[in-house]
Amino acid sequence: MKARSADFWSGLALGGLGAYIIAVASGWEYMGQDGPGPGFFPLWYGIVMAALSLMLMVSSVTGKDGSVIDWTGARSAFVTWGAFTLMVATLKLTGFVIGFGALTFFIVSVLYRKPVKVAALTAIGLAAGFYVVFPLALGVQLP
Amino acid sequence: MEVLTGLMHGFGVALQPLNLLWCFLGVVLGTVIGIMPGLGPPATIAMLLPLTFLMNPASAMIMLAGIYYGAKYGGSTTSILLNVPGESASVVTCIDGYQMAKKGRAGAALGMAAIASFVAGTVGVVGLMLVAPPLARLSLAFSSPEYFGLMALGLAMVVLLAGRSMVKALLATLVGLWLAGIGTDLFSQTSRFTFGQMELLSGIDFVVVAIGVFALGEVLANMEERGAAPMIEVPKGLRNLLPTLQDLKDSRFAFVNGSVVGFLIGVLPGAGSTIASFISYGIEKAVSKHPEKFGHGAVEGVAAPEGANNSETGGALVPMLTLGIPGSGTTAVLLAALVLWGFKPGPLFISENPAMFWGLVASMYIGNVMLLILNLPLVPLFAQVLRAPVYVLYPLILGISVVGVFSTSGSLFDVWLLAGCGLLGYLMRKLDFPSAPLILGLVLGGAMERALRQSLMMSDGHLSILVSRPVSAVMLSLALLILLVPSFNKFNTWRLKALDS
Repeated sequence: MKARSADFWSGLALGGLGAYIIAVASGWEYMGQDGPGPGFFPLWYGIVMAALSLMLMVSSVTGKDGSVIDWTGARSAFVTWGAFTLMVATLKLTGFVIGFGALTFFIVSVLYRKPVKVAALTAIGLAAGFYVVFPLALGVQLP
Repeated sequence: MEVLTGLMHGFGVALQPLNLLWCFLGVVLGTVIGIMPGLGPPATIAMLLPLTFLMNPASAMIMLAGIYYGAKYGGSTTSILLNVPGESASVVTCIDGYQMAKKGRAGAALGMAAIASFVAGTVGVVGLMLVAPPLARLSLAFSSPEYFGLMALGLAMVVLLAGRSMVKALLATLVGLWLAGIGTDLFSQTSRFTFGQMELLSGIDFVVVAIGVFALGEVLANMEERGAAPMIEVPKGLRNLLPTLQDLKDSRFAFVNGSVVGFLIGVLPGAGSTIASFISYGIEKAVSKHPEKFGHGAVEGVAAPEGANNSETGGALVPMLTLGIPGSGTTAVLLAALVLWGFKPGPLFISENPAMFWGLVASMYIGNVMLLILNLPLVPLFAQVLRAPVYVLYPLILGISVVGVFSTSGSLFDVWLLAGCGLLGYLMRKLDFPSAPLILGLVLGGAMERALRQSLMMSDGHLSILVSRPVSAVMLSLALLILLVPSFNKFNTWRLKALDS
């Protein structure tokens, strides 16, 4: 993906956030008897954010910068994030030790392509280590 | 006299057996973190922050600071042996350090890095000890408008030097300000940007964002590259790790240069250790009688940047402790740590918490000695960290992040936020948005809004108060100048060149 198209989309997203901030902050008191209200500061940074986002979008369309963002390795990052999010989603069901063990097994076996035995040993070792260090030794509650 | 008394008091704190142990743990962990490419001190400190709530704050600060400056020592090892900077500040050390290693002088390069780090790191602590107390007294005269000006100036400096695009750096700052504004407004009790979620009424915990953006973001970015670079072996035996007398003689000026430049750059918000090491390397090359040797294994090319990035640590703590203005991602996390423990970094910090300040200063002297002793004979051992399998390390970081966040609040909602912030951190890296301005915006956002609103209350809503008082007028003018200066092509070319190199 060309950097400028990435800049365009990130500018659009941030512009949307800026517009949302302006819309919401406009509903709060701007200046009261005691001084500035809760809407004062957000309104101003919302306006600046919207303006800068627009600048980013315009410069991405008109700019000559043709540098490329390399997304080839991004798949692994997104897969890892997806697996992590799945672990978070199932934490209530599985508990941390099982969820984290499964996540570790997945990362080691699928993303690092290590043998199942190595992945299983790593997953069991790390999950057990967390259980021993946090709840047992430090008294810290796991999710 | 006051400094000596304070220092004696500080050594009384730092030499307590438990604090010595925390200092040792901090510097060892810092060295290990510094050696590992892709895992920096802000991520480590953010991850460990929740665990420090169980500790005495002075001990916790001694340990976290140990990680901060310890990482600077460790970073050089990876630069010299792998030609990959273990820490961003060690990127310049790759230039001559790796060349020395290729010529069979890896031991001398590692030894010189350790010695320069020790000399300049100690000078940086001396600077911190001498500059911080008078600066704190000076800033006692500051009121809300001056604080607003100071924070605006700090953010402007960070924006200037944080990334290639100032627009992106500014946008990252604004997102940080927005995140800081989520929750209940303390002036009017209005809930802002909470999306109807009860969990957001008390705001977003700094720890969640810092761990997400730094630790998770780094892990996700590192998942892209799973190969290992070839490593040059470290020579065995202390004798092979010591630079020659000629090396030390050649590096005399580099020690002074690194120490002074590093400290001065450190005091400036936003500049940071990477810039300090580049500038000191540039000066060293400019004044050298043999500039042609630079880039081909000049020992001064290792001593100057390694000295500068260690001396910078002492400098960076000056504005953080005395003004409450952090200049980088790591000092922002340290500042947040102090706030979370119930302290208020600022002009009164030193006088109200002498044990904490002087204990920290004394521990940094001790920590630097520990690091020298550890880094000279034990470098071959530390270098083995580079052989540790990353497929164990990254899940470990993910696990510590979840436990760290959950232990702070006991809320699964925060773990969801962590996942979101992790993705944000990764996308920011991919799309070339610097993360330091976001973290600084988040840390300073609340205080900045408070200062602005208090200023306007003082003036019955007239913005002129910000420019009618000389100190705030100067600071705001400087901030504006800093933000406008890149519009001048000549300066922007220089700025981009500095960032590119």
